[in-house]
Amino acid sequence: MELDALLLARIQFAFTISFHILFPAFTIGLASWIAVLEGRWLWTKNDLYKRLSSFWTKVFAVSFGMGVVSGIVMSYQFGTNWSRYSDVGGYILGPLIQYEVVTAFFLEATFLGVMLFGRDRVPPWLHFFATCMVALGTLISAFWILSANSFMQTPAGYEIREDGLLYPKSWWDIVFNPSFPYRYFHMVIACFLTTSFVIAGVSAWHLLNNRHEIYARIGLNMSLGLIAVLAPVQIFVGDLTGLNTLEHQPTKLAAIEGHWETHAGAPLILFAIPDQQAEMNHWEISIPKLGSLILTHEWDGVIKGLKEVAPEDRPPVWIVFWSFRIMVGLGMLMLAVAVTGVFLMWRRKHYTTRWYLRILQFCTPIGFAAILFGWVTTEVGRQPWTVYGILRTADSVSPAITGAGVLTSLIIFFLTYCIVFSAGIYYLMRIFERGPEAHVPPPDRSANRPKRPFSAAEEALEGPEDTHGSRTGPGPRPAPAE
Amino acid sequence: MQPETGISVDLTLIWAGIVAFAVFMYVFMDGFDLGVGILFPFAPGGERDRDLMMNTVAPIWDANETWLILGGAGLFAAFPLAYSILLPALYMPILLMLIALIFRGVAFEFRFKAHSSKYLWTSSFFIGSFFASFSQGLILGAFIDGFEVTGRDFSGSIWDWFSPFGILCGFAIVTGYALLGATWLIWRTHGALQDWCRSLAPKLLLGVLVFFALVSLITPAWNEVVRARWFTFPNIIYLAPLPVTTLLVSAWMWTAIRGGRDVVPFVLALVIFVLAFAGLAISLWPYVIPPNITIWDAASPPESQIFLLIGLAFLIPTILAYTAFTYWVFRGKLQEGEGYGH
Repeated sequence: MELDALLLARIQFAFTISFHILFPAFTIGLASWIAVLEGRWLWTKNDLYKRLSSFWTKVFAVSFGMGVVSGIVMSYQFGTNWSRYSDVGGYILGPLIQYEVVTAFFLEATFLGVMLFGRDRVPPWLHFFATCMVALGTLISAFWILSANSFMQTPAGYEIREDGLLYPKSWWDIVFNPSFPYRYFHMVIACFLTTSFVIAGVSAWHLLNNRHEIYARIGLNMSLGLIAVLAPVQIFVGDLTGLNTLEHQPTKLAAIEGHWETHAGAPLILFAIPDQQAEMNHWEISIPKLGSLILTHEWDGVIKGLKEVAPEDRPPVWIVFWSFRIMVGLGMLMLAVAVTGVFLMWRRKHYTTRWYLRILQFCTPIGFAAILFGWVTTEVGRQPWTVYGILRTADSVSPAITGAGVLTSLIIFFLTYCIVFSAGIYYLMRIFERGPEAHVPPPDRSANRPKRPFSAAEEALEGPEDTHGSRTGPGPRPAPAE
Repeated sequence: MQPETGISVDLTLIWAGIVAFAVFMYVFMDGFDLGVGILFPFAPGGERDRDLMMNTVAPIWDANETWLILGGAGLFAAFPLAYSILLPALYMPILLMLIALIFRGVAFEFRFKAHSSKYLWTSSFFIGSFFASFSQGLILGAFIDGFEVTGRDFSGSIWDWFSPFGILCGFAIVTGYALLGATWLIWRTHGALQDWCRSLAPKLLLGVLVFFALVSLITPAWNEVVRARWFTFPNIIYLAPLPVTTLLVSAWMWTAIRGGRDVVPFVLALVIFVLAFAGLAISLWPYVIPPNITIWDAASPPESQIFLLIGLAFLIPTILAYTAFTYWVFRGKLQEGEGYGH
């Protein structure tokens, strides 16, 4: 059997980037959360905040490490598997990625060293500054990546010369292309929501087990507050992103909505099984006219259908259709959790309502899921193009690669990520189990050379010490290590 | 193809300089922390020494490795044609390098969080460091050998990089990084660990010189262009100072290690790498894809080059400044038990 290098390269890209995106999605929000905790500690001098920031810094270190190593793979994969794409789009996409490296990666990586290891070597304000720089770096990084990705969705500011390559005409138009602002804010808000749900979930878990209560209350208050603000804002920004897609990527929007025919007064389709071959939906359940009303704000607004373009220019409809519905469903669930949370906070029952804490614990990974389905919607919806309307995915792949080569590397990446991911989740779970009270920051030392070892054994998360980590009930708390 | 206008010559040259600088910074900076990983299993004091060794690089390795991304991204931005030819051609050694860097990178975090499984992350750190270095040698060897290109695409096979010469370069890089790592540890540690590095460094230096000599002799023997460049009159006179200086610096380094100097051996190891890098640049100039594609053939249009250059003029000095700041924060000899402060 002939192995399809193009298909395998696409699977490899989807797999590695889906794995990678989980870590930036979490660390973008987490870096800011730690910076806020450090800031509150500096402001209030309350050591609770310092311990809480130490605890989340450990979580950050493990997540960031996995994000860095999986990200390096991405930056080289453009060349190894997608060399035609790198050649055709390189004059525009190369500089954008280069700017990400020099404005964001170095900032993050360098100040991360001070953030993780410098607590007893620099004054607190400088440590706070380093933490802020790491947080800023994550946001700048997202800026350039979303700019490059948005250019591939809605290219602008370029020209194609006789050699068939894309040349930059206006860098302003390239960086701030039509879909960029919407997609950037949509993504950053998604990252903050993801982190907030993890913090809320871990805090709820600690409260349910009557452990680390003071810390869990702070975490629950702050994260629920943020979710209450961001969940509705995200639905609004998501709607704006949809309107932008209608304007610039009508075919993608038609796939999202499941519309084959161009309608005036299009229905809103709630459920359907789209059939690419038959060019129709099976088992469709829809509300008349509502689709046009939502998208065009008019009862009889015209929505273009998939049949406007040739069959070979249509994305795989059912994937886009369903991933979008799952993303929106998760968003609505977040809103419901937020509204319930605000109600319980108002009644001052949010620390003790066990069913609600269970829901929060269950919702810990909800942000990750929403982000993955959101990216599937937008990236599969762009197909069959790599650069929308300009360069086809089939013409982007490296001519020299073989199916066997891509398959080999796919299997190797898959195994590697399985090992690394399992180990990472295992250590993260141990950190969560032991909670903030097990993570006493080292005492301030006046000299640069500490006399007292705080040994790796103290830090170790496995072994006999583990047992008290999983203990439930109020019993005596482990004494702080010093 | 020759440059068309005066300004594009300058820009492309500047860009070649920037990419070369990024690659060199990577080789030097990640070189010593990879070297620490290569020496890892041989530490005389077992896990205690390994904790110390790891702590000397834990706060800085991530920033060091970022230079690799800068080199790759710089190639993509300034010489996209070279990027789109080199990466498919080097598919397998790049894959090996990435996987090795993954296992090594996560070992930093996981090793200090593990207890009963610590040994797994110790080996992960060593094996990852070794193969990341070795595959960089394979890439270097393939690069010197040159690439088969048709039109704008690599047209060789996925196994073209595999050659005895590449394997020789692999061991050369491993030895070179181990030397950087050993001299780094002489600087940053004391006591038994430092003594061990002092006794190891001269042997590694000797190894490096042997490998350099082999690579320097094999390359011109096979490659006419390189032979013509080095061994014709008057080039031979102009270029002779390079190998001579290398030998003098090596002798100085030898006495500095024996004489109990702390910082000097590391600085001189760096100088040896600069000299080797210069020799390589002289051999390959002006090709970015030997033997056919020059830096001017592969360059981005001036619009792209200028857009980035404006930013880099401010950003590179800023990066160097805050990098220097973190090295200063973490200065001084490592004490036992110190370092893993989060």
